[in-house]
Amino acid sequence: MIEVNNLYKSFDGKPVLKGISAVFETGKTNMIIGRSGSGKTVFVKSILGLIQPDKGTISFDGRVWSNLSLPEQRKIRTEVGVVFQGNALFDSMTIEENIMFPMRMFTQKTKSEMKKRVNEVLEQVSLEGVNNKFPAEISGGMQKRVALARAIVLYPKYLFCDEPNSGLDPKTAIIIDNLIHDLTVRYDTTTIINTHDMNSIMEIGEKIILLKDGHKQWEGNKSQVFFTDNPDLNDFVFSSSLFRKVKELVQKEGKSSF
Amino acid sequence: MYLESIGKYSLMLKQVFKKPQKRKIFWENFFREIDDLGIKSIGLVGFISFFIGGVVTIQTARNLSNPLIDKLYIGYATFKSIVLEFSPTFISIILAGIVGSYIASTIGTMRISEQIDALDVMGVNSLNYLVLPKVLAALTFYPFLIVISMFLGVLGGWVAGNITGMVLTEDYLKGIRYDFEPFDITYALIKTVVFAFYSHYSLLFRILCKRRFTRSGESQHPSGYLDQCNHNRI
Repeated sequence: MIEVNNLYKSFDGKPVLKGISAVFETGKTNMIIGRSGSGKTVFVKSILGLIQPDKGTISFDGRVWSNLSLPEQRKIRTEVGVVFQGNALFDSMTIEENIMFPMRMFTQKTKSEMKKRVNEVLEQVSLEGVNNKFPAEISGGMQKRVALARAIVLYPKYLFCDEPNSGLDPKTAIIIDNLIHDLTVRYDTTTIINTHDMNSIMEIGEKIILLKDGHKQWEGNKSQVFFTDNPDLNDFVFSSSLFRKVKELVQKEGKSSF
Repeated sequence: MYLESIGKYSLMLKQVFKKPQKRKIFWENFFREIDDLGIKSIGLVGFISFFIGGVVTIQTARNLSNPLIDKLYIGYATFKSIVLEFSPTFISIILAGIVGSYIASTIGTMRISEQIDALDVMGVNSLNYLVLPKVLAALTFYPFLIVISMFLGVLGGWVAGNITGMVLTEDYLKGIRYDFEPFDITYALIKTVVFAFYSHYSLLFRILCKRRFTRSGESQHPSGYLDQCNHNRI
């Protein structure tokens, strides 16, 4: 479980995060949504320790990040898997070397053990046989799956995905969403997904947090989305006529229909 | 402002020179950098040095046409200018440009494509992982490059002197041995090591340290890294 308490961050005097508090539960896909510039990425990067917050605390299963020494922080980072928006695969390494990298850095496994684990995670993301290819030689969707495979190779306790569907077609996006959800359940991770993809929210949003102008505006789950009267959420989620019609339909049929 | 920079520089230095997290991976990276920064520069360094040696000899010979001046001074002047200035200073500047562009583009791309963030969130000391092998490879291999440059520069001078008939082999050899001071070589190598450290480290500092300590969340454009590289070259 990750707990964020009263998080503030500003850049050049301009506040971006204004006292956000949230709890991200284990074994669930926790989603952070919001319009561009709402502070989602800064929020996630603050949790990851890539940005130093001005105020507030972040704790990983009770371990308060700011109270930890650098080696202790690095230890927590080995428990974290991250899928970046642009995948962040090392382009000079093959797919196998990319996935093997965290194991080479942080474990004492033999090469055959590492290869076995690489094949195991590649199988989990349905991507067998690409071991010797370079990231540039595979498609965007495949790269995303490789990034996921690298993120889970060390059995992470915390999984972060920054806009995992950006640049993907709707079908591949749903495959990636379901994969993230399956991996969250399988590894019992605390998964945090930063997105503004409505399909993802409706597909796997077990806990949703809406950010607006650096504030937390709403918190709930995917079925509550249809029955809330929060104007910011309605404005964000039901901005397209298709989703407005879906909302009307779901409301007509009642909560049990979703 | 300057004090702040010195502070950042020192903090980065502390991170860079920590013990590598995985020795095996460090040595792999170190030898890769030796190849990328050193071995691949041999051709260019040799080519430039050989021709510059020739040019220095011809120019010196043309300016020492007075029959009262011994011809050995042509070899002497060529040797001194190559050993004391050309090889350690100019070759280092050329290398800083070439290698600087290479480093700026690779590290810059890694930064933009979030590969450095990926290293950080994995718990890898990215400064140590990326900077230490490069700096140590430069410090280790550049003296060899400079020795090669000195040798080829002097050789180029001899070849040019012989082909043009401006200086005889005997005079040239006498000249390069005349007033030979072994410390000149040591001095040139010290200069190289200091230059290699400063140029590589300051470039990497500009690229990596700036974002680390003043990260503002904004995206960085690739041209920004080339600016850092150009600044470093100047």
